[in-house]
Amino acid sequence: MISPDDSIGTDDPPDGKPADPADEATGLPWLKSWLSVYVFVTMCFVTWVVLLVALERVFS
Amino acid sequence: MSLVDFVVLIGAIVGIAGYGVWRTRGRRGLSHYLKGDQSTGWLVIGISVMATQASAITFISTPGQGYQDGLGFVQNYFGAPLALIVIAAIFLPMYRRLNVYTAYEFLGRRFDSKTRLLGAALFLLQRGLAAGITIYAPAIILSTVLHWRADATILLAGLVVIVYTAAGGSEAVNVTQKYQLGVIFCGMVAAFIVLLTKLPANLSLHDALSVAGAFRKLDSVDFSIDVNRRYTFWSGLLGGFFLALSYFGTDQSQVQRYLSGASLRESRLGLMFNAVFKIPMQFFILSLGVLVFVFYQFEPPPVFFNAAAWESGVRRDNSERLHSLEQRFALAHAAKRQLIERWLDARRSGDIQTATSARAQALEANRQSEELRTEARKTLLAANPTAQSNDTDYVFITFILGHLPHGLIGLLIAAFFAAALSSKAAELNALASTTTMDFYRYIVRRQAADAHYVAASKFFTVGWGLVAIAFALFANLAENLIQAVNIVGSIFYGVVLALFLVAFFLRRVGGTAVFWAALLAQSLVFVLYSYLRVSYLWFNLIGCAACVLFSLVLQAALGPESERAEALPKT
Repeated sequence: MISPDDSIGTDDPPDGKPADPADEATGLPWLKSWLSVYVFVTMCFVTWVVLLVALERVFS
Repeated sequence: MSLVDFVVLIGAIVGIAGYGVWRTRGRRGLSHYLKGDQSTGWLVIGISVMATQASAITFISTPGQGYQDGLGFVQNYFGAPLALIVIAAIFLPMYRRLNVYTAYEFLGRRFDSKTRLLGAALFLLQRGLAAGITIYAPAIILSTVLHWRADATILLAGLVVIVYTAAGGSEAVNVTQKYQLGVIFCGMVAAFIVLLTKLPANLSLHDALSVAGAFRKLDSVDFSIDVNRRYTFWSGLLGGFFLALSYFGTDQSQVQRYLSGASLRESRLGLMFNAVFKIPMQFFILSLGVLVFVFYQFEPPPVFFNAAAWESGVRRDNSERLHSLEQRFALAHAAKRQLIERWLDARRSGDIQTATSARAQALEANRQSEELRTEARKTLLAANPTAQSNDTDYVFITFILGHLPHGLIGLLIAAFFAAALSSKAAELNALASTTTMDFYRYIVRRQAADAHYVAASKFFTVGWGLVAIAFALFANLAENLIQAVNIVGSIFYGVVLALFLVAFFLRRVGGTAVFWAALLAQSLVFVLYSYLRVSYLWFNLIGCAACVLFSLVLQAALGPESERAEALPKT
């Protein structure tokens, strides 16, 4: 049983299990941290929007 | 369809379903049945998440959207990458740490029983409705164009998915989705290649894009702040963000997919796979519709793409107005084709003045053709009031049956069925898991052996499957089908998401405040949906913001003492 508010929303695992170190690594060759993965994904999104706008402008 | 098409269709569908049953035979444990063997790699998770969202409606209806309105619908998915990042960074670690079976179990641990049950009930309500639509949509379209019995198609598709989902649980869903998405991908790419070869020989890809651009089919990003427009950059980014956050982060049909990951890392990468490829995939499917539009500028299209409804209307139309409209439309199309060819020829020869003039005339001819199509729809509806006046769902399938070679037709029909089964299987799996874990085990029978709960899950899988089949047999939808699914989702998702956001970020708010806030906010969304004429995507934001705000106000009114005095048990 886990009491509310004491365990949820904190950095400590509520079930007492330590975070698995393997989960901290992304396992990707170029993007070593999760923050860099998220930045990469955001850049992909921005690139898509720019390409869509360019496609529209070029052929309109 | 020929014998070759049927062999491809039956082979693909029954083969994959049979493989799912065989691969998961002998699995007995509850955790295994509901969460798979928790050894799934990131690619399978990514495919599974993608296949769960992309139902048959996505592949049948979205090209029709592209044909009619161009690429603008892609904006609907602009919020998805950012939402998936939030889920990977915040939601997912929490679910995995708590080792929950369902997302709503988390609400019970954070708040209380009634909030858990409310979250689960909202999920069952909206997903139960959507489950009916996802089986109805492909069945009704395919039965209409292939002249199959609609009820038999619904029953057959429904029973196949019930059998392998009930037999193998979550793992069966994962292993079959991998191959089903393979069939879908092969079918759509093959259709794209054939479509390119079907364009006139002297039409380059640049010409094709110029034609599409001239008719505004490439308009994909609208930065307008007009809230009445259904798809804009802002509604897609903000409304789409909340829709995606709620769908991927709190909808059990998705949560169950990535909870089966071998580790947090695998689950995260599976979500990031979707964050990167979701927009390109939707762009590709919409592009198919745009290319079909270009194709039909050089080949005569039907005035109304639902041929069965049109023929039924023609039989009832004593004044022969429909027949006359058909002839006028054919003449208008021939004139438009000549103008487009003159424009392209003049452009190739560098005659800018003639090109500009012919282009303007072609646009005017297209406007007249569209007016004839609108008039045809109205006349059809007058002749047959029960006819579906929206034919965009029939555009792509009409092209497939009319212009693709045999064998490939079977592959495309198999792709549609594969998409229907893959999303349906995930839905049934999630509905059964939620019913078992959040209601049956939580309220009816708390202490029993794993085998008992596995049997209960199988029973609920069959039960929800039969409910979906029954809904599909009696449904009659007027909206474009993919929009119908999104509208149903948008009405409920905002409030469900708010329950989770309050749980994660507003630690002072307790169960009683958020419970009543959710009920108030959901009521508000129902009322606003009836009266407010804004893009449905905004209801995700409205529902979420209202629930969060009401939670804060109610908690302030209740005070911390009354929250602690709550008597309901925690899980």
